[in-house]
Amino acid sequence: MKYLDEYRDPVLALKLVAEIHRITTRPWTLMEVCGGQTHTIVKQGIDEALPQGVRMIHGPGCPVCVTPLEQVDKALAIAARPDVIFTSYGDMLRVPGSTTDLLALKARGADVRIVYSPLDALKIAHANPDRQVVFFAVGFETTAPANAMAVAEAARRGIDNFSVLVSHVLVPPAMVALLESPANQVQSFLAAGHVCAVMGWTEYEPIAAKYRVPIVVTGFEPLDLLEGILMAIRQLEEGRHEVENQYARAVRREGVPLAQKQILEVFEVGDRKWRGVGEIPDSGYRLRPKYARFDAETRFSVGDIHTAEHPACIAGAILTGEKTPLDCTAYGTLCSPQKPLGAPMVSSEGTCAAFFSAGRGIGSLRTLAPATPFVQVAPLIPAAGPADAGR
Amino acid sequence: MCLGIPGRVVEIRDDAGLPMGKVDFGGVRKDACLAYIPEVQLGDYVIIHVGFAISRVDEDEALKTLEIIASMGDLMNAELATMGPGMDAPAVVSDDGPPFDGVLDVPLTRASGSPA
Repeated sequence: MKYLDEYRDPVLALKLVAEIHRITTRPWTLMEVCGGQTHTIVKQGIDEALPQGVRMIHGPGCPVCVTPLEQVDKALAIAARPDVIFTSYGDMLRVPGSTTDLLALKARGADVRIVYSPLDALKIAHANPDRQVVFFAVGFETTAPANAMAVAEAARRGIDNFSVLVSHVLVPPAMVALLESPANQVQSFLAAGHVCAVMGWTEYEPIAAKYRVPIVVTGFEPLDLLEGILMAIRQLEEGRHEVENQYARAVRREGVPLAQKQILEVFEVGDRKWRGVGEIPDSGYRLRPKYARFDAETRFSVGDIHTAEHPACIAGAILTGEKTPLDCTAYGTLCSPQKPLGAPMVSSEGTCAAFFSAGRGIGSLRTLAPATPFVQVAPLIPAAGPADAGR
Repeated sequence: MCLGIPGRVVEIRDDAGLPMGKVDFGGVRKDACLAYIPEVQLGDYVIIHVGFAISRVDEDEALKTLEIIASMGDLMNAELATMGPGMDAPAVVSDDGPPFDGVLDVPLTRASGSPA
């Protein structure tokens, strides 16, 4: 498909890998923020094709993974009601709550439906005026314009049997929380391309300046990621810390103003809990008072439920990049995509699931099992010789 | 769920006050809301995420990115040429020829020799 295939060209990827090897003189630690980027990096073995010492930490940018347990339990409490049709993006169905998940609830007779778009949930509400239709509005800034539109349309068209269970999170506050952490190792970020498509990148400029970290807005195809990594390392090597845009075909500095306007019409910024991370101030969206009647939490009075994560699950440390799935005793044994303990094993964008589907550390010792890299690294090794020699 | 994919707009319509359209993803057509990208024209490529166009793909920028990457090997060769012969290179046999650009040329030539 156009704008996809050409960004997967192995010949061009090889050039980028060679250039990364050529300019890298020191070890660097980079974080890709978005789970979609993690998926490509691990699947294609991009992290394993990088120069020794260059490390990719996989960031917290998987909405399914960071939706807190309380919100999942609230979803389960609402979905179990006989008068409710509960609608959700497909990935949320298998996220474990404290006792069950939405899919198991569905198997036991609850009316739980997967929708691709929140407008589909609105359609279901319109077609079933005698039922309550609830949409699980999770996501980052990328998804917020869609979820906001569903609420605004419900108000405009008077679809009062529609409501949303909101669990919206924002990228920049999470980056700041990571940078403020004493355990932080991240020296540069690949910002999430589609979050920036909506929001632009002006919010990232003060972060890059204050923490002296290069931030590169990056796309999702192998060539995008390699070029993003190259641009980040080039800044690190040159001692610069700017916001650069690798994903220029889709991202403008100002973002999409109409989408931002719609988000802020429906939502306001508020504190949010992140699963495995804890509460981060001003890190999410909640409904504005004007749209409070569409809030499923108040409509169904689901109280705050506090529950503990599975004791073996180290999802929090994985989300912040302090540990990898290979450090987890449950990875591949107690915990697999078929029977996940924690959220990063559920979504294909989660770090644990990405590692598992690439076969890393499965069926052998806990060493990095080489996934089949899409670029052959071997021919590049002689490249280091003459370049050094010529210096 | 968070993925966005590029598709071509093949239909634009008004759906009870909401700008909607059909978007073609390599043969698969899906409905999408176009409200946020009002400037979109038939035939444009847009990035679709959960049924919403969140960006119009800029064709010039798309080509520029590919050109930069494709030219990378040439830049490297050019830079290496300015360095003169590598240590492993045979002795220079002539003063007026281009400098020998070393062993590195082997994998790069292979890379740049294929259609880019």
